[in-house]
Amino acid sequence: MRNVFTICGKEIRSYFTSPIAYLLMALFGLIFGYFFFSATIVFVNQGLRMQLGGGNTPMSVNEWVIAPMLGNASVVGLFLIPLISMRLFAEEKRSGTIELLMTSPVRDWEIIIGKWLGAMAMYLCILAISAINVALLFAWGRPDWRPILTGYLGLILQGGTVLAIGTFISTTTRNQIIAGGTTFAVCLLLWVLSWVSSYNEAPWAQAVAYCSILTHFEPFSKGIIDTKDLVFYISAIFLGLFLTSRSLDSLRWRA
Amino acid sequence: MIKVEGLTKRYARHVAVNNISFEVGQGEIVGFLGKNGAGKTTTMRVLTCFLPPTSGKASVAGFDVIEQSLEVKKRIGYLPETPPVYPEMEITSYLTFVAKLKGIPGADIAKRVDEVCERTGIGDVKNTIIGKLSKGYRQRVGLAQALIHNPPVLILDEPTSGLDPHQQREARQLIASLSGDHTIILSTHILSEVEQSCSKVIIINNGQIVASDTVANLHHRKGASEQVLVEVSGGPANQIKQALERVAGVASVQSGEGKDGLAAFEVRSLENHAIRPDLARAIVQGGWNLNMLRPMGESLEEIFLELTKSETSADKEKEEEAPAVLQGEAQ
Repeated sequence: MRNVFTICGKEIRSYFTSPIAYLLMALFGLIFGYFFFSATIVFVNQGLRMQLGGGNTPMSVNEWVIAPMLGNASVVGLFLIPLISMRLFAEEKRSGTIELLMTSPVRDWEIIIGKWLGAMAMYLCILAISAINVALLFAWGRPDWRPILTGYLGLILQGGTVLAIGTFISTTTRNQIIAGGTTFAVCLLLWVLSWVSSYNEAPWAQAVAYCSILTHFEPFSKGIIDTKDLVFYISAIFLGLFLTSRSLDSLRWRA
Repeated sequence: MIKVEGLTKRYARHVAVNNISFEVGQGEIVGFLGKNGAGKTTTMRVLTCFLPPTSGKASVAGFDVIEQSLEVKKRIGYLPETPPVYPEMEITSYLTFVAKLKGIPGADIAKRVDEVCERTGIGDVKNTIIGKLSKGYRQRVGLAQALIHNPPVLILDEPTSGLDPHQQREARQLIASLSGDHTIILSTHILSEVEQSCSKVIIINNGQIVASDTVANLHHRKGASEQVLVEVSGGPANQIKQALERVAGVASVQSGEGKDGLAAFEVRSLENHAIRPDLARAIVQGGWNLNMLRPMGESLEEIFLELTKSETSADKEKEEEAPAVLQGEAQ
């Protein structure tokens, strides 16, 4: 376990000694800020219109601002996360430091979990930026905190899944651009898999759509924790990390 | 300390290491010599558990590299060909990271880091970011990394490559100072390095061991026949040649052109004859000037070149003979 923390700590430090951490946090802050701005403007305008029209149905901040904002954030995550995961192993392979890790008295799974946790920590730091906007909502409104919490849980699970996939892809190449690009393509594909179900009712189409990452996120953003979504994300994370360990092992055999 | 038996490593297309066997005793410094691509690095990677062997066995300190790889890894310090450093880290934080990986107890880490910095001569730059260091310093950081857990076995892949002559000497001195406590395998293609710092040499070519012996024994490999280069002035060449041929124990004399028009001769002795004193006397007695008399005992370089000649070379006969003999020695 100590080894996991050692490697995790080193990864976090690597992110923050390079510009990538700050760049990603800034980009996410900017994009999320824009979402927040747009969503609140729409919300406020809509609210005014409702009042002028004499209607008196209360509008929910959660429904109008937070849910769409978190939904957008999950899409942005798909774009940003490959930038976090691409270097995990590709960089070590290129610079030869992988030899240090693999000839140290450390088990493969300790390396993998350590690196994945390090990347998760980076992702959490990025997500934390969005807390600023959410805090603003709490300062001037009374949103329900429970759907916010589940929404973040969903974002974390979804991020973990994409990171696990990205970690695996990063072990297959020594080129970071290839690792990042491939991860991005795979994530994009996993996102749009859900389209299949919209034009096909067959069971296989439903099964394919089930593998879509984003469809499992939606319930979370609405405040619903469904076991089937939890199971999906957690098993996807396991699958990604398992493939990573197989890939790392095969490195030894292929050299 | 290190035992390799029938080790073979096959990659998809070619055999990198073919059925090699050798042993290294406690405290020995063994030089791994071979051309690029001869299989040195592959062998080292197997010993450090980075690559598993295709067949055969290897063990370090009694632990098998496959079955008990964690135990092996604890006992090995490894410097790969390119030092495995993270350019964005400072030396101290890098070494602290490695120390943790190698399982050094937290309380001892700072002390060990200071010790290896001192030992490898990077104490004065230890707060520098590794990416800003010169190649020589980076190599030292690599060495420090290999030493941090004070391992009984050190495996150094070309520890002096890319260093300037001054740094090379320092590195060699450092390695020599480590002998005794540590068993060391180092690879190189600098032959003088092996002669200076290694007790034993393993010459490897096309994945096979072609010679495995002490440096002294390799020098005398050719048996007791002596070859001497003589340069003489002050007389007609054929007369001198005849005089040299008359010396007792001389098997053959070949005349050649020396420097500045001097007569030069390559004299080969019969087995078990020391002919140099008699050669000198014969020349002086003939009234000529003896400019040079040099034994042409095979240098390690010549042995190396001969043993690692590619198979397409002209004298294939000799080539096939040598490995067969030396293979016997190796086992």
